[in-house]
Amino acid sequence: MSEIPGDLKFLKSHEWARVESDGTVTVGISDHAQSLLGDLVYVELPGVGDRVQAGNACAVVESVKAASDVYAPVSGEVVAINEALNDKPETINEDAYGEGWIFVVKMENKDELGELLDPDAYAELIEGEDH
Amino acid sequence: MTRQTVLNATHRALGAKMVDFGGWDMPLNYGSQIEEHHAVRRDAGMFDVSHMTVVDLTGANVRPLLRKLLANSVDKLKTPGKALYSCMLNADGGVIDDLIVYYLAEDFFRVVVNAATRDKDLAWIAAQAQPFGVAVRERADLAMIAVQGPNARAKVFGLLSPEARAGAEKLGKFVACEGDGLFIARTGYTGEDGFEIMVPETQAVALWNRLKDAGVAPAGLGARDTLRLEAGMNLYGQDMDETVTPYEAGLAWTVALDEGRDFIGRPALEREKAQGSKRAMVGLVMDEKGVLRHGQKVLTARGEGEILSGTFSPTLGKAIAFARIPAGDPGAVRVDIRGREVPVRIVKYPFVRDGRPCEGI
Repeated sequence: MSEIPGDLKFLKSHEWARVESDGTVTVGISDHAQSLLGDLVYVELPGVGDRVQAGNACAVVESVKAASDVYAPVSGEVVAINEALNDKPETINEDAYGEGWIFVVKMENKDELGELLDPDAYAELIEGEDH
Repeated sequence: MTRQTVLNATHRALGAKMVDFGGWDMPLNYGSQIEEHHAVRRDAGMFDVSHMTVVDLTGANVRPLLRKLLANSVDKLKTPGKALYSCMLNADGGVIDDLIVYYLAEDFFRVVVNAATRDKDLAWIAAQAQPFGVAVRERADLAMIAVQGPNARAKVFGLLSPEARAGAEKLGKFVACEGDGLFIARTGYTGEDGFEIMVPETQAVALWNRLKDAGVAPAGLGARDTLRLEAGMNLYGQDMDETVTPYEAGLAWTVALDEGRDFIGRPALEREKAQGSKRAMVGLVMDEKGVLRHGQKVLTARGEGEILSGTFSPTLGKAIAFARIPAGDPGAVRVDIRGREVPVRIVKYPFVRDGRPCEGI
């Protein structure tokens, strides 16, 4: 299991969110989530300009084994998507917290960040799942 | 209570991700399912299939019993060692299970059935065997390792004594022999050449480790599923069950309506044959991105059907599936994926054989 970067926040459903210096929020799925899914073969991205609602499904990641919804950690407008995933979905397996990002949201309400788990709480959550 | 094969600790030591499969704790993958898939297509891989149920049938009337029990004709088996794939049907022609039967001697046949259907299969076989005076013995003492891939046979040969090797080298496809205390069958569930080897449980871990040292890659149930679907092979419980006849499951080639053989389910199959089947199993390829999955709705000009087995094919780099659809000309076929209607092509399967995409795929 790779180290969880300290600047990330998490949903219980295994999405991560990182607040960038310009106030936008980058979203991906955790390293734990990619390891549960196995080899990813397809990512259905949201569209730039879509409005996403915190807690709602807005992307899909598919492995050989299963399809899994990706939920938005915060509400706002999608301002960027990682189109490289169209050709190389396995990037998420290789670098879930870096090159494997999925989309960027222009956040509407900073208070929503307070609802998310910090890295320690998330680590504890997945520790609990393993037993 | 989850059952374990004798190789369970070996899988765990290799870092396998384990899952429950038909009540058995089995390896799903040892890291990357796709790499394991490619290892079998390009070189050699091995699967622990010890969860499968081996049943020995002995007695003077084994052949008459199998004539009644199986939809395929056991009379095709004339040489000891020869194997036959068949369905075992109920009176309605529904598939109780699919299996492989080996002819070993006139009073000794060996049957391999699925793990998830073990209890009902054993009960059914025992009930049918009783009036024939045939003894039914489950061989829980045997483990089974499938070694598959273009280099699989050569790697197995290297581990055998000269006598056993000579026997194994001579084996034609779908034939088995014994040697070095092993039961070596040139069969498989991947579309590649190779062997399925039955080995006494006490020697299974040693055989697995010797194969691994010979460069055979451990592969899990995940790769086994993508390999068998590419190879166009049915999975019981997903592609057919007791509500489906062999004709509706793409298995007409396994039904032998040979003269005068009164097998269980035959009248139902003859009726279906006379009237025409209402449903047909077809192969699908999706050229757009995405993955076909079990349960997705298939839209045709004749009505709705359903995806049975669906997956991403690592060899083709696109999604493939089996679907059961209403009989007749289906027109342009689409699959409903999360509310989106995606066009798919109906193709003749297998999708992949001996490492290469088949024509028209």
